[in-house]
Amino acid sequence: MNRQLASYLVLAVLIALLPAMGAYPIFIMKIMCYALFACAFNLLLAYTGLLSFGHAAFLGGAAYATGHSLAVWGFPTLAGLLFGTAVAAVLGLIMGALAIRRSGIYFAMITLAMAQMIFFYFLQAPFTHGEDGLQGIPRGSIFGIDLQNDLNLYYLVLVIFMLGFMVCWRTVNSPFGQVLKALRENEARAVSLGYDVARFKLLVFVLSATLAGLAGATKSLVFVSATLSDATWQMSGLVILMTLIGGLGTFLGPVLGALIVVVLENKVGEFGRAMAQWTGIEWFQVLGESVTMVIGLIFIICVMAFRRGIIGEILHRWDVRKATV
Amino acid sequence: MKLRTLTAILAAAGFGALTPLHAAGISDDVIRIGFITDMSGVYSDIDGPAGGDVIKMAIEDMGGEINGKKIELLVADHQNKADIASARAREWFDEQKIDVLIGGTNSSTSLAMAGVANEKKKPFIVVGAAASDLTNAQCTPYTVHWAYDTTALARGTGSAVVNAGGKEWFFITADYAFGHALERDTSEVVKAAGGKVLNNVRVPLSSTDFSSFMLQAQSSGAKILGLANAGGDFINSVKAAREFGVTPGMNLAGLLVFINDVHALGLDATQGMYLTSGWYWDMDNESRKWAERFQERHKRMPSFLQAGDYSAASFYLRGVKETGTDDADTIMKWMKSNRVKDFFAKDGYVREDGQMMYDMYLVQVKTPAESKGPWDYYNIVERLPADKVYNSLEESTCPLVKK
Amino acid sequence: MTDLFGIPIQALLGQVLLGLVNGSFYAVLSLGLAVIFGLLNIINFAHGALYMLGAFLAWMGLSYFGLNYWLMLIVAPLLVGAFGILLEKTLIRHLYKLDHLYGLLLTFGITLLLEGIFRSFYGVSGQPYSTPALLQGGINLGFMYLPIYRAWVVVASIVVCLATWFMIEKTRLGALLRAGTENPKLVEAFGVNVPRMVTLTYGFGVALAGFAGVLAAPIMQVSPLMGSNLIIVVFAVVVIGGMGSIMGSIVTGLGLGVIEGLTKVFWPEASNTVVFIIMVIVLLLRPAGLFGKEK
Repeated sequence: MNRQLASYLVLAVLIALLPAMGAYPIFIMKIMCYALFACAFNLLLAYTGLLSFGHAAFLGGAAYATGHSLAVWGFPTLAGLLFGTAVAAVLGLIMGALAIRRSGIYFAMITLAMAQMIFFYFLQAPFTHGEDGLQGIPRGSIFGIDLQNDLNLYYLVLVIFMLGFMVCWRTVNSPFGQVLKALRENEARAVSLGYDVARFKLLVFVLSATLAGLAGATKSLVFVSATLSDATWQMSGLVILMTLIGGLGTFLGPVLGALIVVVLENKVGEFGRAMAQWTGIEWFQVLGESVTMVIGLIFIICVMAFRRGIIGEILHRWDVRKATV
Repeated sequence: MKLRTLTAILAAAGFGALTPLHAAGISDDVIRIGFITDMSGVYSDIDGPAGGDVIKMAIEDMGGEINGKKIELLVADHQNKADIASARAREWFDEQKIDVLIGGTNSSTSLAMAGVANEKKKPFIVVGAAASDLTNAQCTPYTVHWAYDTTALARGTGSAVVNAGGKEWFFITADYAFGHALERDTSEVVKAAGGKVLNNVRVPLSSTDFSSFMLQAQSSGAKILGLANAGGDFINSVKAAREFGVTPGMNLAGLLVFINDVHALGLDATQGMYLTSGWYWDMDNESRKWAERFQERHKRMPSFLQAGDYSAASFYLRGVKETGTDDADTIMKWMKSNRVKDFFAKDGYVREDGQMMYDMYLVQVKTPAESKGPWDYYNIVERLPADKVYNSLEESTCPLVKK
Repeated sequence: MTDLFGIPIQALLGQVLLGLVNGSFYAVLSLGLAVIFGLLNIINFAHGALYMLGAFLAWMGLSYFGLNYWLMLIVAPLLVGAFGILLEKTLIRHLYKLDHLYGLLLTFGITLLLEGIFRSFYGVSGQPYSTPALLQGGINLGFMYLPIYRAWVVVASIVVCLATWFMIEKTRLGALLRAGTENPKLVEAFGVNVPRMVTLTYGFGVALAGFAGVLAAPIMQVSPLMGSNLIIVVFAVVVIGGMGSIMGSIVTGLGLGVIEGLTKVFWPEASNTVVFIIMVIVLLLRPAGLFGKEK
């Protein structure tokens, strides 16, 4: 166990050094936010088997809540972050309470439907400014450190990310986590042993929603904006993809998946632009915008041939039990 | 070394491998123009990739360099999403070190980009977006608004329609900053002229099925159907109006119409429509010459937005040449104290709130009989002087204006 | 004009009629989905993209080859069906032994791929497709002016839906299909080639989607994104009607279209979400759907 934690520490230190090596802080922060989002999603899917198709509601909900509290109500930054996360938790409680009653495909459909309802609410509610989105959210400061400076914000986001990651890790590696594993292996037996299965599932759902909300709140600080894109079902699909590519049920899998997807979004654009400039053919420029196509392809490949995801495959090859990386 | 550690290091290496891709920007011996617009959606014809190309033309006409410094152009598609536009603008300012950002269509994206440009303290010239908020409540010291705004459209087209007898209005409004601004500004004009706004309906951007909105328009009893939308949305509204028999009973008031829309719909559907435009390719010899250059490259005539892109880029580059620097504050000061003299603006100037003031035109679409060929679509009815058609500094809600 | 609940009856009937048009699309699409789910236990997320494919094929047929609407009304669904068969044979077939959710994810990926490809070639602004000459113009019904094309859509959809229902519920082929759903091994023991039946069923289901796409082309304009938001609503319709129930999808589709139309009149802001609200309620109270049977 200690080695595991040590390796995570090494990872954290390496990320902390990245800006010094010339990486663009906003880019890495984006990855960290999505990584946290994916970890949150992974917690739910891997440890209860429930596929939520509506996680974007938490990401977007928290982003709007934090943004609004900072921009309009003048909350201090920390309060704004906590507020956004709390809103996501509440949304999670409501959605979870209704959705947990069903399982499998019906669960996915309910989460999808409820997320759509929330999306349409955001579309029309005046405080979100609809298509225009919330812009110019003040980053403020935390403990006297001005967050307008991208570098300062970077370290805050890193701390938040590690915190969320550790919460995931601790949830799984705990008595609570043991019950979850039992639930996943054999729900009927867990029930017969007297465990209130529904309550456990709901708890995990709310926890997952809360962490997703934390990711959304942080993201709104990074980009000083919150828009409808954060709450669309395409975003829900994207987080499923990140988890799938990286490796379901592993800890680093979702992180890697987020990294790959965000890099893909950027790289395809650059690749397309480079090709366009080199050949003079406009269509390559457009290819850059066709991230959808590439993502779709990867989805298909992952489902058909690569279900364990990258980290999962590595672990499988080395024959180590999953979920201990 | 255990596997877990290895995997963690792998992940970190993955993060680290990104570093060369985003190395710190190159030194500032290049003049970089960034252009973000809708390249593939409802507004891609009126501005779009051709807008990027005319900026290239402006760069070519400048000789591709100023005082030995090369001029570069970066182009991107915001897909009508404010988050994509602002993230890209931010990245370009931070990493690619662009010196000026030119904003194409869509008011949401432009408002978002204006915020980013203000944060980074670099000039932002909006050409394609209309919302008057850009030079009013949301003005910044770095925003320059070119070509038109919703106030001008309201006072131009709105007044013309009301004066021709259209007193009772029903609005179909694109549900974002532009549509709201256009509906608001036009409603003011209608009410001031003694007209009434009976009702309105908000329609999501890029809708294709306007049928239920047409029904609502018909049951409102208004005589004028005000279309507070543009581009593809406008085209679909007009088609739906004809399909559902709205048109004989109600008159259509297209509050933002471009020559591309008239071309797509045909003169049958659009004849007699009033519209406000900043420029028309067939206005005079100078305009015709430039338009013919555009036509060679794109096989169609330019909209006034594309002409505006060229004008704005040329003005900026002229400023860089005359001041010898691309420093943001120097250029902003230069832009606000020099006149724009080209085929587009004739004799325009940039006001303290960022509005580029120049005379616009009230145009009426020709009947099929009057038109002598493709793209010969407009009769220029009257000239609209800048100080009449844009709001005055007294009326402005821009915090920068000293009252 | 008489008023009903404070709304002029003219507006009410008009919206209901338009709602019926939308409902026709819901019905045809959810029918295809129900057929596929009933036999294959696959949630075909790609249904929306295949609907879009049908519309694009109609447009391409007209623009590139001069093939008119009527021809494409038959050709496009056949092409989409063939494409569906290809998908089933190469990809979907391998997932039957796995959790349903993988089928959902695979077809989600296919959706993104298809949309991405078309989007990169055609942008998102939609290609115009004009109404076929025979169906142009409209009828003045007094309370509204109804374009003939929209009436045609309703009629064509209902005919196709009823024909499908008849085929599945009342013919021998349909009986085989239903038997195959319940007990594939037994049916195979009787000498029926079940895998082929499954493949053809998928092809038929998506051909229905392609057919809906051609119907939609003159109304919605042909755009790569035309399927994406529609598909979520259609899912809700299928869930409400009961996954696997044929008549359920038809009735629910039409009914929900009308309800949406009514909502537009009385409570416009809720019109996008009313279907989802109903779905959540139905799922909580009657999990198998209004017409479904618990599996």
